[in-house]
Amino acid sequence: MEEKLTYNRRNSFSGVLFGFGLAAFVDEAVFHQLLHWHHFYDLSTTSLGLISDGIFHAFSWFATVGGLFLLADLRRRKQMVPMLWLGMVCLGSGVFQVYDGVIQHKIMRLHQIRYDVDNLLYYDFVWNGIGAVLMVIGILLVWLSRRKKHVQ
Amino acid sequence: MYNDKLALIIAFLAILGYLLGMKFSARKFEAWPIHRLLLFGSGVVVGVQALAGPVAMHAHHSFVFHMIGHLLLGMLAPLLIALSRPITLLLRALPQKHGQTVSHLFRSMYARVLIHPVTAAVLNVGGLWVLYTTSLYEYMHQVNWVSFLVHVHVFAAGYLFTMAMLYTDPVPYRKSYFFRAFVFVGALAGHGILSKYLYANPPTGVEADAAKEGAVLMYYGGDLVDLILIVLLCGQWYRAAAPHHNLSAGKAAE
Repeated sequence: MEEKLTYNRRNSFSGVLFGFGLAAFVDEAVFHQLLHWHHFYDLSTTSLGLISDGIFHAFSWFATVGGLFLLADLRRRKQMVPMLWLGMVCLGSGVFQVYDGVIQHKIMRLHQIRYDVDNLLYYDFVWNGIGAVLMVIGILLVWLSRRKKHVQ
Repeated sequence: MYNDKLALIIAFLAILGYLLGMKFSARKFEAWPIHRLLLFGSGVVVGVQALAGPVAMHAHHSFVFHMIGHLLLGMLAPLLIALSRPITLLLRALPQKHGQTVSHLFRSMYARVLIHPVTAAVLNVGGLWVLYTTSLYEYMHQVNWVSFLVHVHVFAAGYLFTMAMLYTDPVPYRKSYFFRAFVFVGALAGHGILSKYLYANPPTGVEADAAKEGAVLMYYGGDLVDLILIVLLCGQWYRAAAPHHNLSAGKAAE
């Protein structure tokens, strides 16, 4: 039983790490590299924003790889709980999205979602909305995976 | 202006030394794998680009080329060379008496402090902060031997850092995977923050546009090489955590 709990925790940990990394990767690949909406460095960035970005970027880069290796470890032990893992991926990416959207974009002024547009508020709303929806889906999946276990 | 020739001589001697090491090691041990020679050779060739050849030539006046050279000499070359396990080869090639002297050196307090992940990270990333945020960067382009020493430091610190993370050669006093991962994230963050800082604050003598281009290259180039390091580190961790038996012995009861 105790072992089950350890493996459940590992499923959650792996999911959150990968979710974090995934959100950061999409942010980097799509919004920085492909669309060029985000700026590498916005001159209004606070120095705290610079440090926060550096740490988050480094952590999420490591977390993407680390989370997947952790998942590989769970799979070779045949202890993966897919719904719990997926739920935590959604939760992790949602939390990252909202942190990025509210704290890093708005408070630390790292960079805005898009430049030279009139309705930036719109973009912010959609950005954080997606983050919030991801968080809700994540919590729902985690809750469902718990319930399923009780039924058994 | 003799830095390029000096670098080429060192590169030649390094490869010659590695080949001799392979020859002597094969007398006592089984043949040294050829892929490690290829790793070592490509590491030396990649690293020497920062000091000799077209990249080095442009690096004198272009910050972007300087950064390409820095990525090659400070990150990619150390990784390739560390993976070729030169110290293991040295220990195998030396006669037993000298081999013991070398391993004593590696067990000394000095080596122990140097190979500590935090020391290695500070020497590596801290050195870059000193180089780019003080007048050292300008100075190194005026005085030849300063330039040479900076390059030596960049390579040595990069090599030390790679060793302190991956332990590809026998390193005594090893730190846990978790600790190394933690320090690694810190070092990667320090590198990223410096890149963005340089984007807005060019080193002395570098024009704003050049600094921006160089900073972006430093940021993403660093990420790319570090991704290889992360995969290697996590791969080692994954293998070390292989379930000989499950998490606890109680698993068998299930």
